[in-house]
Amino acid sequence: MSTTLEARTGAQIMCEALIRQGVEVMFGIPGGAIMPFYHAMPEYADRLRHVLCRHEQGAGHAAEGYARASGRVGVCIGTSGPGATNLVTPIADAWMDSTPLVAITGQVHSALIGTDAFQETDITGITVPITKHNYLVRHVADLPRVFAEAFHLASTGRPGPVLVDVTKDAQQATAVPEWDVTLDLPGYRDDRERAVDHDAVREAVRLLQRARRPLILAGNGVIQSGAHAELRTLAERTGIPVITTLHGLGAFPQDHPLSLGMPGMHGWVHVNRAIQECDVLFNIGSRFDDRVTGKVSAFAPRAAVIHLDVDPSEIGKNVRTAVALVGDARRVLRVLLDELPACAPPPSAWLARIRAMQEVHEPRQAYRRRPDTPVLMPHDVYAALNAALAARGSYRVVTDVGQHQMWAAQLLDWRRPRTHITSGGSGTMGFAVPAALGAAIACPDETIWVVVGDGGFQMTNQELATIQQEGITNVKIALINNGYLGMVRQWQELFEGRRYSGTPLSGPSFTRLAEAYGVRGIAVDTVDAVPGAIAEAWDHPGPVLIDFRVEREANVFPIVPQGKSIGEMLVSADRAEEPPCLTH
Amino acid sequence: MSHTLIVLLHDRPGVLHRAVSLFRRRGYNIESLTVGHSEVPGVSRMTAVVDAKDVEQVIRQLSRIVEVLTVSDVTNVPVVVRETALLKVSVTADAQAALLAVGAELGARAIDVGPSTVVFELTAEPWAVDEFIAAVRPYGIRELMRSGHLAMRCGATADTVGAAAAPYYFQADGMSDPDSVEG
Repeated sequence: MSTTLEARTGAQIMCEALIRQGVEVMFGIPGGAIMPFYHAMPEYADRLRHVLCRHEQGAGHAAEGYARASGRVGVCIGTSGPGATNLVTPIADAWMDSTPLVAITGQVHSALIGTDAFQETDITGITVPITKHNYLVRHVADLPRVFAEAFHLASTGRPGPVLVDVTKDAQQATAVPEWDVTLDLPGYRDDRERAVDHDAVREAVRLLQRARRPLILAGNGVIQSGAHAELRTLAERTGIPVITTLHGLGAFPQDHPLSLGMPGMHGWVHVNRAIQECDVLFNIGSRFDDRVTGKVSAFAPRAAVIHLDVDPSEIGKNVRTAVALVGDARRVLRVLLDELPACAPPPSAWLARIRAMQEVHEPRQAYRRRPDTPVLMPHDVYAALNAALAARGSYRVVTDVGQHQMWAAQLLDWRRPRTHITSGGSGTMGFAVPAALGAAIACPDETIWVVVGDGGFQMTNQELATIQQEGITNVKIALINNGYLGMVRQWQELFEGRRYSGTPLSGPSFTRLAEAYGVRGIAVDTVDAVPGAIAEAWDHPGPVLIDFRVEREANVFPIVPQGKSIGEMLVSADRAEEPPCLTH
Repeated sequence: MSHTLIVLLHDRPGVLHRAVSLFRRRGYNIESLTVGHSEVPGVSRMTAVVDAKDVEQVIRQLSRIVEVLTVSDVTNVPVVVRETALLKVSVTADAQAALLAVGAELGARAIDVGPSTVVFELTAEPWAVDEFIAAVRPYGIRELMRSGHLAMRCGATADTVGAAAAPYYFQADGMSDPDSVEG
């Protein structure tokens, strides 16, 4: 490494800037416009690991998986043009799920910008709507400040993706880096640091204390801010039951007596009914996504909403809010707990009522095994996986997008934060395999289970080669193989008269495909073989793919049809739930 | 309804793109958008007239843009609004005197008088610009260019970040008042 006063290339400065930000690993693919950066990397290889992916989308999701598992900023790299545009999908994914990500792209020589040069793409223009901020760096002198700003923006406030596009000549030019830079961000503030509004906190406390049917809705913000202990204290001190969104799974232990489960389109009946009946809904760190609210005008019609979010623009965006608490969830909850030293629990009849609904609509009843079928059902796989996770501990689960993702959310017991990693807001099929690769590098001592459908798997399975090349051993893939783009097929079955347009899906021999990548392949098509295969995969000292050949037309239930209130759920293919009858 | 916003922006490459992209993708209708330098070097000033049901949301989304320094909704405060228009009006020699009289009456300056056209410049309240355009339309408008609205508060209150460009002004905040977020 060069001494402080020695001039060095922009590319070397980029490497040193990353090291100064605490980056240890980055995921990418080289190309013409980013070659100077790659030329510099070997000098820093002892501190800065580069993971060569097979597609920039894979690199981006790997960086996301790393970030989501570790809580640190993920870094991905692509060249100009197609390298950059291939990063657009993971950048959009990180934007929707507030994942801290810095994407570094090469850009053509600054003299060529605007000339439609080879592999020139206006990636800063393209990513304006899907980044927290982005930069086009033309001058080597700007690199230390831009990298410092990029990591600050990606990791503070509401986290998100930042793209840094660096021209080839800025990477090649030499300069003595000025590391002692001040961030030049007069329009930005880290909303985590906002002064806590004590009046609003007291108003929230007053509402919580007077509530007769209160609920806590916990989301990604609880996990991102590390507020799970405060959440648990709040729930236990007040006796308020907790529901967790898809990205909130793990924020509150699911085996806790106050844990109710997941709400929304594929939430449990008793959870959605509880929302429709509650009189105070305390949303901590979720954004009232339409998959949670259903028809928003009919959502939580009796509730005064308290909304705690780090992003002020989320307050009132989708749902009317009675009390707004802006700031870091952990910090605000601590102030709130100071204001709420003791609290009479809500009438026990409230939790009893919810549990009674849960009895009637036993959540997992839709997945009861029909005695007449020998076919392997998806829920057989989840039951065995759930048992193995509970028995073994030390795991993360990365899911893709679709039916298998909802089954995992419903049927696995989420106990700890950051154990559930998925693509939520963007719903990006192909997320899981590369994200698991990133999570595996972030958590080398844990077992990373990938639950993925045969559709999503085939979108990014080239990253098995990256897993092989990097010598990653702790990735175990549970392929829920039903030969369909299953969630679309389910909608076609339920709402479009079984017109299976574009959804039947053939695949290769997945076990042989896995073996070709040096991944052990196991095929399972009977219930009895499931636990053994999972145990074998867990114990095998290398990556494994289990091809679970499940019932082709299994469905996710309950389901709230698009545009309906969450009070109107289909609980099976032939039975719609009555709208909830409400007590006052 | 229409809201008039005064936005101060850190003058960096692409900042206008960010603002306009936001209006487009969030589906906010822009009725008028004017951008130029402010009294502080490096700070641009935008007047945006936006048709939005929930202006709080527009303000908050704008404030998420890293270069946005302040956003003020001046719709319901005393404010002066002006717009400049340049019009090239066709006119015959016989009618020229009448046209010039219309311009004089409505406060427009004839800044280029030719044998078959007159170019007028009018700086006035937007409704007065509308009125002038309607008045000369019968003569035949060859070209018309309107600047968009420029807005400034009356009195001593100023929308300015000062020379120091101090961090993050969010004047239409209203966070402590839950009623303000019920829109």
